[in-house]
Amino acid sequence: MGKTPKVELSIPIIPDMELAATQTSEVVARHMGLSQEKSDEIKMALIEACINAFEHSKTEEGQVEINFVIDDNTLVIKVTDQGVGFDSNTVQIPKIEQKIKSDHKRGWGLQLIKELMDTVEFESTDEGTTVTMTKKK
Amino acid sequence: MSDFQVTVKEAGDVVVLTTDGYLNNIGGEKISEVCDSHMESGKNTFLINLEKTSVVNSIGVSILIEIIEKLQESNGKLAYCNLAPIVEKTFNIMGLTKYSTIYSTEEEGLSDLSS
Repeated sequence: MGKTPKVELSIPIIPDMELAATQTSEVVARHMGLSQEKSDEIKMALIEACINAFEHSKTEEGQVEINFVIDDNTLVIKVTDQGVGFDSNTVQIPKIEQKIKSDHKRGWGLQLIKELMDTVEFESTDEGTTVTMTKKK
Repeated sequence: MSDFQVTVKEAGDVVVLTTDGYLNNIGGEKISEVCDSHMESGKNTFLINLEKTSVVNSIGVSILIEIIEKLQESNGKLAYCNLAPIVEKTFNIMGLTKYSTIYSTEEEGLSDLSS
């Protein structure tokens, strides 16, 4: 095994296919010796990142690429789509008090990813988006 | 296709929904349909037992916010029990606990909601 083991996964844009990614993340987390709590946090963030990628997609025929890199004691996960892109700086932090009165109850994905992972970065153009998330052991 | 299941029973004035499977948008819609149906019959207290739902997504959970909003019209209550730690964490991040209650067990929930 290399110094920085890598797992690469490509999933189609099909409902619930994000669960294929979480099955992989569970195995990777177990290999790293991460706690169940951290493994579950990774799973939840990964679900949200995949769902966002699915929704950004220009078509249902695309694929979402997921890379897991074990860098020393840090798991780095990249979720990449070829979608329409977005500006993460313009996404408002959702508040349930506002959502209760709003017709738009959704929009929690980014907030969940930021709360559950140690770091989150976005690179996005109109050719696609890569979300890079990390979790320390 | 989603294999999310909801079974329903009534315990006095409390409608207990027991879920099984991944709470995604389809799962959320199934919960919503059950609640809507019972609200039309005058029920306004719901306890969702999530013991067999260890995985959720924010779209499914956001549908619970819709239910909370509807229940506000009748001064109703929405509660949950047997949450997996990550589900409870997700509910906390999304603020659901500001408008609904988490119980450890169904028995605890029924005892409190029926009092």
